[in-house]
Amino acid sequence: MKPLEIYVHIPFCVKKCNYCDFLSAPASKEERQEYVKSLCKQIRSCGEAARAYRIVSIFIGGGTPSLLEGEQMTEIFRAIRDTFFVEEHAEITVEMNPGTVSEEKLKVYQTAGINRLSIGLQSADNGELQVLGRIHTFEDFLETYWMARGMGFGNINVDLISAVPGQSQESFAKTLRKTAELSPEHISAYSLIIEEGTPFYKIYGERPYVPDCEYPPLPDEDCERQMYYDTKRILTEYGYRRYEISNYAKPGYECRHNLGYWNRTEYLGFGDGAASFMDHKRWVAGETPNLLTIEDEMEEYMFLGLRKTEGVSIPGFEKQFGKAMETVYKKVLADMESKQLLERQEDFIRLTERGIDVSNYVMSEFLL
Amino acid sequence: MAEINQSKIRNFCIIAHIDHGKSTLADRIIEMTGLLTSREMQSQVLDNMELERERGITIKAQTVRIVYKAKDGEEYIFNLIDTPGHVDFNYEVSRSLAACDGAILVVDAAQGVEAQTLANVYLALDHDLDVMPVINKVDLPSAEPDRVIEEIEDVIGLEAQDAPRISAKTGLNVEEVLEQIIEKIPAPTGDAKAPLQALIFDSVYDSYKGVIVFCRIKEGSIRKGTQILMMATGAKAEVVEVGYFGAGQFIPCEELSAGMVGYITASIKNVKDTRVGDTITNAQAPCKEPLPGYKKVNPMVYCGMYPADGAKYPDLRDALEKLQLNDASLQFEPETSVALGFGYRCGFLGLLHLEIIQERLEREYNLDLVTTAPGVVYKVYKTNGEILELTNPSNLPDPSEIEYMEEPIVKAEIMVTSEYIGAIMDLCQERRGIYEGMEYMEETRAVLRYRLPLNEIIYDFFDALKSRSRGYASFDYELDGYMQSELVKLDILINKEEVDALSFIVHAETAYERGRRMCEKLKEEIPRHLFEIPIQAAIGSKIIARETVRAMRKDVLAKCYGGDITRKKKLLEKQKEGKKRMRQVGNVEIPQKAFMSVLKLDDKK
Repeated sequence: MKPLEIYVHIPFCVKKCNYCDFLSAPASKEERQEYVKSLCKQIRSCGEAARAYRIVSIFIGGGTPSLLEGEQMTEIFRAIRDTFFVEEHAEITVEMNPGTVSEEKLKVYQTAGINRLSIGLQSADNGELQVLGRIHTFEDFLETYWMARGMGFGNINVDLISAVPGQSQESFAKTLRKTAELSPEHISAYSLIIEEGTPFYKIYGERPYVPDCEYPPLPDEDCERQMYYDTKRILTEYGYRRYEISNYAKPGYECRHNLGYWNRTEYLGFGDGAASFMDHKRWVAGETPNLLTIEDEMEEYMFLGLRKTEGVSIPGFEKQFGKAMETVYKKVLADMESKQLLERQEDFIRLTERGIDVSNYVMSEFLL
Repeated sequence: MAEINQSKIRNFCIIAHIDHGKSTLADRIIEMTGLLTSREMQSQVLDNMELERERGITIKAQTVRIVYKAKDGEEYIFNLIDTPGHVDFNYEVSRSLAACDGAILVVDAAQGVEAQTLANVYLALDHDLDVMPVINKVDLPSAEPDRVIEEIEDVIGLEAQDAPRISAKTGLNVEEVLEQIIEKIPAPTGDAKAPLQALIFDSVYDSYKGVIVFCRIKEGSIRKGTQILMMATGAKAEVVEVGYFGAGQFIPCEELSAGMVGYITASIKNVKDTRVGDTITNAQAPCKEPLPGYKKVNPMVYCGMYPADGAKYPDLRDALEKLQLNDASLQFEPETSVALGFGYRCGFLGLLHLEIIQERLEREYNLDLVTTAPGVVYKVYKTNGEILELTNPSNLPDPSEIEYMEEPIVKAEIMVTSEYIGAIMDLCQERRGIYEGMEYMEETRAVLRYRLPLNEIIYDFFDALKSRSRGYASFDYELDGYMQSELVKLDILINKEEVDALSFIVHAETAYERGRRMCEKLKEEIPRHLFEIPIQAAIGSKIIARETVRAMRKDVLAKCYGGDITRKKKLLEKQKEGKKRMRQVGNVEIPQKAFMSVLKLDDKK
């Protein structure tokens, strides 16, 4: 049986955050129930096709999945387990926001087999949380975190955002330390991107700071990069290892689900806007699948694999495509190595620190 | 064909300031004389190039013959010669006028007399044409026909009391125009038995018939088999066909004789042999002397044109050759640029002409072009006595070899309402204009006269004029020789390398300012690289301005979008696509549009 990952999208939240461009919005109780019902129907409709796979990870993302009632979550997992074979040690994650879960709910999660929690903290500074449009305080987070720990959740991720408007390098370092002190197994630290269609876009757009507005200026690029370097430095002190551009984990706690994306493990997405990858096809719910060519797959192998700290495997490429990486990408590899953006480490090619800074540029070079 | 009585022929054109309704009136006349039914009429029959319709201007002269049954019961033949409407084509206009006996002057009932109105009337009067005013757009709420009639009498000195008050759009009173044509525009004169003397006022290339020459027979007659001689170019040919102009078609006839307007074909392969303004005569029985007014038009504005994709170089050549078949004033010769590769240095009558050719190359020939900043023709007087006509700044000799330089000057007339006189004078001052005088036409409007260097008006003068007068200023100019001037070549260095395609000639006094703005503009256009890029403006070895494109600090796409890899790939593709539109100079990638950015250095926004 082939490995398969499952992603379930829950597009509900209490209130949209100022930076968020994911598919999510506040919804009524009835709407949520309706959605869960159709979600389960979608999952069950996979039927026969599902038998060829074993599920290695499940990720319930959003939005704020923890807004669902315990019973609704149970229904979803019942549908998954009725349809698919879920491996015993599969990684099963639910995203949640501080203050949206109770002990009862977490109990239900445990019963459903959920063994990993991903909590959106974003910042340990309450002022910054307000700027981001979050609905909770750092204290709310602590309460949720300790509650989960107390109940025995032994694999917790904490999401952080750097380069928040008004944030200083010191302030972000403080957030990093406060988080690391708690010793979660995994920390994701993304730097803020001003996406189109978000409230932040209206304020910051593609311009720098607009004076006379209630929002503080964005940290400049140099400051943002410093925050990135600080992240690695500080988290290393606490025993974390960077294994992907923006992800850090204690040894053995790397997020298998996310690594699956970079390693091109197949996955099925359920729910509005969810993406899937199976049988050399990629599609987003409701849209026509797009069949990948060999070139597409080679490109993906490179630009996805390079996100990993270990980089892309040279023999792995040849094994998969029957052609040496060196022959397909001779010029680009030489060019990027000479610019010290890529480096070779035994059987792997990986981004250098400078290469990470400009990874988009490096990755775009691998498009054929 | 039956003998045509000269007294029943009227040869005329319509002149007007842009947008005063020249082409609309032409359409209405054609429609009303029944040449085409209104259903067959495409709006503005005479502007048949797609571009002409889109821009609302006439680029090439068009001619049509109409039969009008007048109220006196007689049938008249009207030859309407539609003239180009832009100063770039002034010479063509003057030749078209020379083919006419009279002109209809269209004046907008709301806007009144404008700069081109004046310029066109003077041009018509220079050719001894009888000018018959018509007040158009009287249906507009803002129309003031009485005021405009008074203005025409006061400013131009034309009798206008009985000028038809029309709406070319609705057809109101156009009938009256037709009657007045018979009454006010003189019939042609000329002796059909005299030696042949015919004026070429335009020509088009047809792949079957060769060049089709448009001409006005002044004296004598011409028919199939006549051996003809083009007196200025010396080209000879045997006439294959003569005829006149239907609407959009050529109708052959037996003979063209004195007073008539028509076309001839003679298996001529190249429009260069049939220069506008040349005189056609009978090679066996030539006339004594050619008609006056011929001159060889030379391009006024030059720029480099390069295919964005270097492999399209032969396509560009083919396209230019084809366009040249119909446009003898377009010139081009191959050139190479370090930055842009192989291309052509092209010469144009003016900036509009340049834009038209550029657009036609892009649209009709599907070429993606990179155009360098347009420049004028400078005269370089070298210390060794040589005189160089400089069309490409890169060819400027070393300053030590230059005695002095001259630049082309124009005489400009700007008509403006009094409140904007100050602003327009400032503008002319900034553009190194020399004030020649000012006359009030009426209390609120004046004509400003300036001598201006051509290179100051070819970029964005017209736009600046419009924006500083809120659209109330109108402008016309003519060339007025050369003048010695303190000129320097401004070079642009990107990452310490001179980019030849960005060099331009500029007056020493404005060099600093232009260099500074150019660097600023390029800083915006050039994307950040992995390294810092200095952008410098230099005169010789002296750096006069500098900007820096900072090194790319970061370019990270942190998020994974919940496994939506397609979205990520699209972002990377966009990034890569952007790179394709770049030109590599040294190790810097310069976007193609940066080469045209000099055009948009508008000073006051």
